[in-house]
Amino acid sequence: MQIDLRTVSIKPLRHTFDNIARRIGADKPASRYQEGTLDMQQEVNFHYRPTWDPDHLIYDRARTAVKMADWYSFKDPRQFYYGAYTLARAKQQDTAEANFDFVENRGLAATLPEEIRDTVLKMLIPLRHVAWGSNMNNAGICAYGYGTAFTQPCIYQSMDQLGIAQYITRVALLLGDVDVLDTAKTAWMEDDAWQGLRRYVEDTMVIKDPFELFVAQNVALDGLLYPLVYETIIDDVLSSKGGTPVAMLTQFMTDWYAEVRKWTDATMKTAAAESPENKEILGRWTTAWRDRAAAALVPVARIALAERTDELTAEVVQQFNARMAKAGVPV
Amino acid sequence: MDMQVAKKKLGLKERYAVMTRGLDWKPSYQKMEDIYPYMAYEGIKIHDWDKWEDPFRLTMDAYWKYQAEKERKLYAIIDAFNQNNGHLNVTDARYLNTVKLFISGISPLEYVAHRGFSHVGRQFPGPGPRVACLMQALDEIRHAQTQVHSISNYNKYYNGMHDFHHAHDRVWFLSVPKSFFDDAITAGPFEFMVSIGFSFEYVLTNLLFVPFVSGAAYNGDMGTMTFGFSAQSDEARHMTLGLEVIKFILQQDPANVPIVQRWIDKWTWRGYRVLTLVAMMMDYMLPKRTMSWKEAWEVYFEENGGALFKDLARYGIKMPDCAAQIALEKDHLSHQAWSTFYNYAAASNFHTWMPDEEEMAWLSSKYPNSYDKYYRPRMEFWREEAAKGNRFYNKTLPMLCQTCQIPMIFTEPGDPTKICYREVDYKGDKYHFCSDHCKKIFEDEPEKYVQAWLPVHQIYQGNCFPEGTDPTVEGFDPLAAVLKYYNLEFGRDNLDFDISEDKKNFAEWRGQATKNV
Amino acid sequence: MSTVFIALQTNEETRPIVEAIIQDNPDCTVNEQPAMVKIDAQGKLVVRRETIEELIGRPYDLQELQVNLITISGNLDQTDDEMILYWNA
Repeated sequence: MQIDLRTVSIKPLRHTFDNIARRIGADKPASRYQEGTLDMQQEVNFHYRPTWDPDHLIYDRARTAVKMADWYSFKDPRQFYYGAYTLARAKQQDTAEANFDFVENRGLAATLPEEIRDTVLKMLIPLRHVAWGSNMNNAGICAYGYGTAFTQPCIYQSMDQLGIAQYITRVALLLGDVDVLDTAKTAWMEDDAWQGLRRYVEDTMVIKDPFELFVAQNVALDGLLYPLVYETIIDDVLSSKGGTPVAMLTQFMTDWYAEVRKWTDATMKTAAAESPENKEILGRWTTAWRDRAAAALVPVARIALAERTDELTAEVVQQFNARMAKAGVPV
Repeated sequence: MDMQVAKKKLGLKERYAVMTRGLDWKPSYQKMEDIYPYMAYEGIKIHDWDKWEDPFRLTMDAYWKYQAEKERKLYAIIDAFNQNNGHLNVTDARYLNTVKLFISGISPLEYVAHRGFSHVGRQFPGPGPRVACLMQALDEIRHAQTQVHSISNYNKYYNGMHDFHHAHDRVWFLSVPKSFFDDAITAGPFEFMVSIGFSFEYVLTNLLFVPFVSGAAYNGDMGTMTFGFSAQSDEARHMTLGLEVIKFILQQDPANVPIVQRWIDKWTWRGYRVLTLVAMMMDYMLPKRTMSWKEAWEVYFEENGGALFKDLARYGIKMPDCAAQIALEKDHLSHQAWSTFYNYAAASNFHTWMPDEEEMAWLSSKYPNSYDKYYRPRMEFWREEAAKGNRFYNKTLPMLCQTCQIPMIFTEPGDPTKICYREVDYKGDKYHFCSDHCKKIFEDEPEKYVQAWLPVHQIYQGNCFPEGTDPTVEGFDPLAAVLKYYNLEFGRDNLDFDISEDKKNFAEWRGQATKNV
Repeated sequence: MSTVFIALQTNEETRPIVEAIIQDNPDCTVNEQPAMVKIDAQGKLVVRRETIEELIGRPYDLQELQVNLITISGNLDQTDDEMILYWNA
């Protein structure tokens, strides 16, 4: 018996948009990730060339040395479209908020051993500037890259890094006052330990090739920094010395990185598998930027790791190489 | 034991300052002009980026929280709408044509806005505007996607939307909105902010969204209404960004004022020309009308924009000159546009029709100075001819304006009986314009506008046929070849509503839904 | 004096907000439109956190307003305690 008269069964004329059907090979229901991603970027018949870059079209495959027959071969394993992305982050932000409350309400910041607090202020807080650099670099990849499948995750990455810079700022304000931020910035600008990293970040800001920038920022630098700082130093070394509250405050970063590396690895894998030329270019970029990133991170890691720095950094580099090998990138 | 030292709680402004501009530093390993290479060439002088006033001060944690709440609500409504065949609740299947216009004309622009704000968000050396621009870049991909997701269900049941990305890049009239955004994103970063951030988002967005979304609400389209209002909530942030940018640039250096004035003049006109599509949508395509185009223009531009320009007067900015011509056109714009689409309905991705008696009476009452005198007679004539089986679909291609790319359909300011033509000779070629304002825009930057991909020229040059087409063969039908290139199906995606599959299916489905079978 | 305005979606969350705005801006004009309520005021309009909190009986962050906001007109100044829309001329 029909109860709700409006719930009639009518046969749809089609199940998705034509461009999606062409790509998935049949007219069948498509996911919101697919409908929100595939062919979103305009492809042909552009009206004017950018006055700021007259040698290229508005969106131009030639801005990078990486060649793809189809830039929609990339797939974000997280299948993030805006809605899925914000819901995921809002959930993580709930956890982060609860962690901050927990640490704050119980006065746990004050129970930190002086040495740990000192290490955190010296090593973690200046990293807000590195995250800020990544915010900017990922905006650049999003702006100048080709195809929504490749560029879309970069705006998410960009804003995530802004969020991370802001979480680090909150850690600083929890452990100290605004002057803590000034001290960290002075270190970032002047202390020898930070100059290699600052140079790295500034050098990436002038990379014109969006894919090389992706490698230098999201693959090489973050691929070493996050495992080294958040997983190794904070979650292992500092936690074992009474720094667990700090690990709670940076849980967002740890969880976040475990998630985004799936995307960076999938992107590298797809691009490398496309052609021997891509593989060679990616291998070259990854090796060069990895070596620079590792060298830049050593003096920063030394703040927390002292004599164990070389050993633990080498371990992180090794894990990184294994990841790249798995993605088919020769390093 | 509470060892915590009571710390000074930072207010919203201070807290936001340390969370954004405190992150920035002055580089020393690379030069500023290498990191921000596009800052000088437009001639805008910025002396102190720190003078920037942040309007809404959202940190990312709050952004995620509130935006996720909006998304949850929005998708819950979309799901419910789809599950209940919500499309059958719209007033009249003619309404669906506004949705077609929107998805193929407007949604792709949201995407360009996303990329454009990523670009300027990367390029501005000031951390305040940069963060605001990047947040907008993130919002804009939201708008593009929520629109596609909301309209996806309509596409399953109705024609004309099935390949909207493809259409946006190709269909003749869609080059009007496309070239508008292409123009903005290819301009310098400061002009982009004035064009989109200010002129479009602040001055004109209410004219696009509020009537469209209220129109959706009036016409029973819950899905569109919901994404529309949900997108508008971000728009409030974008509008204040646009206004702050203008004030900031103007305050920085008096030499910026004439440059900004030229941009405001240009972009108000460019935007207004794109809104021609909205004007005809409001007056002709919504089965249940909210307000007339003329009324909307009076409320949202003349009144509201008037207040804005009065406020900006202290910086030396005045109301754009084109406002005078727009005021003269407001009695005519929608009628001239709808007549044109009625003419070219064979080459479009939506259906057309002539207003019925009641609708004509509404048009007469809203346009007492123009409708009965100039437009009703021709529409009645067309209606009669169609009833007699003489429906005429124009298959000859119209001349386009080199700047706005609209066919040359507009009349002389002050004389609605005479088509307005302007032309310019440039480097041995002749260029045509619909108005003094479009002509002036061309003359200010001829090297840019000669590049325009004009659909009519492209068709005549043979660039809009499927690959392998031989236009020299006997009996070649150019319209059929162009429709193939557009991926539009003759008789299904185009022509009059009365003979459409949409009309037939809607009636049948609604019959099933409202009667016992 | 020019008109400033704020428009909100009509729903349960905005009902007390609209009430608070009317309380704090006694000369404002309220326009009910389909699914939306638009409030006009001459020259200036204030949305105060405390007034909203009194009406809803819980702490309120003015940034929550974003969820139901449709459009605004005027210059904006927002602090923890109030959101002001105004024209200078």
